[in-house]
Amino acid sequence: MPADDLSGDPSGTPDRRDVVRRGLRVVGRGIRDEPVIFGVAVLGSALYGAGTAGSGYVLGRVTDSVIAPAFVAGRVTGAQVWDAAGPIALVALLTAVGVVVRRAAGGITMYRLQARYRRAVTRQYLRLPLSWHHRHPAGQLLSNANADVEATWGVFAPLPMSLGVAVMLAVAGVAMVAADPVLAGVGLLVIPALMAANIVYQRRMSPLVMRAQALRADVSSVAHESFEGALVVKTLGREDAETRRFAATADALRDANVAVGRTRGTFDPVIEGLPTLGVLAVLAVGTWRVRSGAIVTGDVVQVAYLLSLVSFPVRALGWVLGELPRTVVGWERVSSVLDAGDGMAYGDAEPRPASSGPAALAVAGAGYAHVGPDGEDVPVLFDVTLDVVAGRTVAVVGPTGSGKSTLAGLLVRLVDPRSGHVLLDGVDVRTLRRGGVAEAAALVPQSTFVFDDTVRGNVDLTGTLTDDDVWAALRLARADGFVAALPNGLDTRVGERGASLSGGQRQRLALARALVRRPRLLLLDDATSAVDPRVEAQILEGLRGAGESATVVVVAYRMATISLADEVVFLEHGRVAARGTHAELLASTPGYRSLVTAYERDAAERAAFREHGTTPDTGETGPGTEQADVAPQEIS
Amino acid sequence: MSTTDRASRTARAATGSHDSSTIATASGRGVVATVRRGLEVSPEITRGVRVTLLVALVSTAGKVVVPIAVQQTIDRGINGPAGPRPGLVVGLAMAAAVGVLLTGVSSYVANLRIFRATEAGLATLRTKAFRHVHDLSVLSQNAERRGALVSRVTSDVDTISTFIQFGGLLLVLSTGQLLVATVLMAVYSWQLALLVWGCFLPLFFAFRPLQRLVSRAYAQVRVRVGDMLGAISESVVGADTIRAYGVEGRTQERIDAAVGAHAKVAMRAQVLVAASFTGGVLVSGLVVAAVVAVGLLTGVGGSLTLGELLAFLFLVQLFTGPVQMGTEVLNELQNATAGWRRVLAVLDTTADVADPGERGVALPRGPIECRFEDVWFSYPGGEPVLKGISLELPPRARVAVVGETGSGKTTLAKLLTRLADPQQGRVLLDGVDLRDVRFSSLRERVVLVPQEGFLLDDTLAANIAWGAHGADDDAVRLALTELGLLDWALGLPHGLATEVGQRGESLSAGERQLVALARAYLADPDLLVLDEATSAVDPATEVRIQRALDGVTQGRTSVAIAHRMSTAEAADLVVVVDAGEVLDVGPHHELLTRCGVYQRLHASWRAQQRAA
Repeated sequence: MPADDLSGDPSGTPDRRDVVRRGLRVVGRGIRDEPVIFGVAVLGSALYGAGTAGSGYVLGRVTDSVIAPAFVAGRVTGAQVWDAAGPIALVALLTAVGVVVRRAAGGITMYRLQARYRRAVTRQYLRLPLSWHHRHPAGQLLSNANADVEATWGVFAPLPMSLGVAVMLAVAGVAMVAADPVLAGVGLLVIPALMAANIVYQRRMSPLVMRAQALRADVSSVAHESFEGALVVKTLGREDAETRRFAATADALRDANVAVGRTRGTFDPVIEGLPTLGVLAVLAVGTWRVRSGAIVTGDVVQVAYLLSLVSFPVRALGWVLGELPRTVVGWERVSSVLDAGDGMAYGDAEPRPASSGPAALAVAGAGYAHVGPDGEDVPVLFDVTLDVVAGRTVAVVGPTGSGKSTLAGLLVRLVDPRSGHVLLDGVDVRTLRRGGVAEAAALVPQSTFVFDDTVRGNVDLTGTLTDDDVWAALRLARADGFVAALPNGLDTRVGERGASLSGGQRQRLALARALVRRPRLLLLDDATSAVDPRVEAQILEGLRGAGESATVVVVAYRMATISLADEVVFLEHGRVAARGTHAELLASTPGYRSLVTAYERDAAERAAFREHGTTPDTGETGPGTEQADVAPQEIS
Repeated sequence: MSTTDRASRTARAATGSHDSSTIATASGRGVVATVRRGLEVSPEITRGVRVTLLVALVSTAGKVVVPIAVQQTIDRGINGPAGPRPGLVVGLAMAAAVGVLLTGVSSYVANLRIFRATEAGLATLRTKAFRHVHDLSVLSQNAERRGALVSRVTSDVDTISTFIQFGGLLLVLSTGQLLVATVLMAVYSWQLALLVWGCFLPLFFAFRPLQRLVSRAYAQVRVRVGDMLGAISESVVGADTIRAYGVEGRTQERIDAAVGAHAKVAMRAQVLVAASFTGGVLVSGLVVAAVVAVGLLTGVGGSLTLGELLAFLFLVQLFTGPVQMGTEVLNELQNATAGWRRVLAVLDTTADVADPGERGVALPRGPIECRFEDVWFSYPGGEPVLKGISLELPPRARVAVVGETGSGKTTLAKLLTRLADPQQGRVLLDGVDLRDVRFSSLRERVVLVPQEGFLLDDTLAANIAWGAHGADDDAVRLALTELGLLDWALGLPHGLATEVGQRGESLSAGERQLVALARAYLADPDLLVLDEATSAVDPATEVRIQRALDGVTQGRTSVAIAHRMSTAEAADLVVVVDAGEVLDVGPHHELLTRCGVYQRLHASWRAQQRAA
């Protein structure tokens, strides 16, 4: 459901008084990361600030020394024109240089920081254990790496300008005081008033902006969920209901955006009007000062002009303040990823070389629990012990939800057990170096992930194999046929932006991906569920032929698959309920027997029903015929 | 037309713009046409726009208060024949202050009106686009592209909203301010006014090609953002696979490359924008110098007063301000129209599987008879998947459809539930062409359970009740009891109240299928279509469900697509599909004696059930 807690951050909305301090700390971090280019931006901005204020000063001086005397004299010389226009043009040129440097370098700083932290965040994604991944929804992680990084460093867009504005204010202040300290005093009163208005503005604004941001995330998650389930939405005719659900969040976002706009609309005129009022005050006081003979007309013009010049850029200070809440929230989310310390630790033990034949596998007293949606532990596996002699094939069989896939994940160290050990060739997998387990073992998961890449890129994840190797693996996975029929063969793009594959085709591609590596331990987690029986039989046959070089653990229901195994492990409620050969378990374990022979018994009972008219619905699980009475109106 | 426009048109032409399998990345319209179409979709935006413009004009008029006050102060207040007159200037200032106040109030009103109108329009746009996405049959074809559509109703619309929050009124005001400033400048000195316009003219001419560059740069940035998100999402969505295969290095390289490529084009766009903005700044500064020079040369000696020249300089500021802001706002506008185009592209994609709506037929409830009449179907750009299927399924029949992978079984199910329409032939329910059946009636009577039952991030009970409008916990409990699944549900950590997590990730694949099945069952359809609905469920559970379904689907029609021949054995009627054609139809034991393909399928299934 729409996330109230978008960041997964327990502290929630940051304390407003705290925002500036924390925001500035993030800014400091950014500056330390990109000091040179940021320095260039600040220099450019200082030039811009000095130039802008300088232009007012120059205009005032030119008015007094050239323009006013010329008007009084009623004539003008060419030299006078140059004296007046030249300095103004020069200052304009310098200002323009300052602006382009400020904006270009400021933008580059921002994008460099974004790129740097996107890389850092994704590095964490690749480093952190899957248990961490499973605790964080994909949508949130995507937004951490994208929108949140962007929000964190967005402040660097107005930041150089606001520093330039500080320079501008200093220069303008000096120029005003030089013209007339009294007028400068009147004019500069505007600055603190503007600051105060800006601060109140940001105070009002930041919760509204944050609310709008949160609602934007809500809109996104509703859309994400709904589009992902589009097929089901359609088949259950839920379009109207889903549209209502979406419209409700979209309307909430609309209202939040209007609230943001209302505040902006209230403060914009105030912030715009204050300097204007300042100029008017300067004019009134200036007239009085001119009459008393303290100053000349040019001084009034200069102060008024300077004031109107700085009135707009001063807003940049407000922009920075306005960005800080986003910065703080963004950084909180980004740093929650960067600081996630529960990385999977690796040892430095080398795995046995690829040429050393099949791997031996052992699990000793392994227990595992998921962290549930409410943060509570949901135990999945209890004290699982098994060992697989190198080169043998073991089938893991168990009812739906008994923990088979979790066990498969433990074996290739996708997750670590809460208790107990997993041993590969007698070595605890936790002591193997990074990448060591993956070199030895290949897992074909139940649901396949197809990379946004070509067929070749999806099969050969290392990018080092020959086409012959790839085709050989595809053949073994019985995927060669459909791949050859694709428009560009191995070079056909599949995945998100490529050709769409059926479930069975995806599974066979994933199988080829595993086989091409010639793993010493092969794990198949119900990896052929979407492949039809005939093709599966062919695949199994191929595997059996190629199987001597690998130890195989297969999660399966099908008798043919199971019977390939030297040993069967029967998993029930997260515990190993029985181990032995298929025949032994058939004889000794009723739960196992009823599971694997379900179809056979079903067929037999149905045949008996057809012949003798006995109901197949015998025993405890048959809600069967009385059902007709529950909804009689539907049976016409 | 910009190159991006051209590119997207070419792309559309290549794929066929009305082919709903491809939603164009952006509509092929130019800026004006985009805005026009956008306003058509969201009429709220232009509602009351005249009043808004009027109010905005008042607020613009207020801006000239300062230059006029400066001129009056200098010419009459300070340099007047009577010398400096503070009283007069204070009076002037007071009057001007009232003007400032009025400006402020009208600016607030105009702002609020704009925000209300546009946000209402954008909410409508979002909702319309959202609904339209659900109406497109493309969704039933490619699951992996759906995520990409999310941005069309989120960030693309946000771009427009952001633009309007920052630039909307500014754009209106800037235009007004330009006009007012020009008029006033002309009043003071038409020669100088001409000079100002003359200086800016080259900028206006240079602006269009520059805009094109900027727009192209932004388009590139958007493409790179897409690539980058794609690369990043692999590290998240494919985390299991990446870990299992130890390909973190390669994945990181790809992400780094995509991130770098994005940063590069974003920086280039930034430099371009900076350059175009600076052009405005430079000209604005030089204009002041030119006005001073020309003002001195022509004005001294009669045609201008000192006050007028100085006031003119303030007016120049009033003129250059909007020009500078205008370049900024127009750059943003490029970005916003890029977003707008992408949203409109969704709406422009025709929903080829359209709801006949009110004109449609509402089927009465009761067992459904299904008929396929010479049905042909092919996916866009592909070979026919179904080749002239004719088939009759009597009411109350329990039908199994079997065949090898790629034989067209799933497509058959899609056509039967109208997730797609045949290119040729008809699919009839109770003698009515599916295309004439109202969606509200169709979805109530026909339910498909797909292989991947989609789960919402909610409780188990809410997920099961999702298809049946307003079903309560008792109904959910009853449905689970009838399917023999109550024990399983109650065995979960919090029973019916168990949170299933994002996409149901707290449950196993098989358990998710159980939820989808219970959900469809509770929706109580007259025709139930099961597409590999129990492929990940263990055999004992599957048999149990199968029997439960047998019981409860008596009196209804059910069509099951299955690999497992146990389903076929139990069915009243088996349809054997091979290479897009129906090979045979009949009960299991009859097919076993006469249909070669069925015998083969059955034999390999039996072989799987036996120890090898």
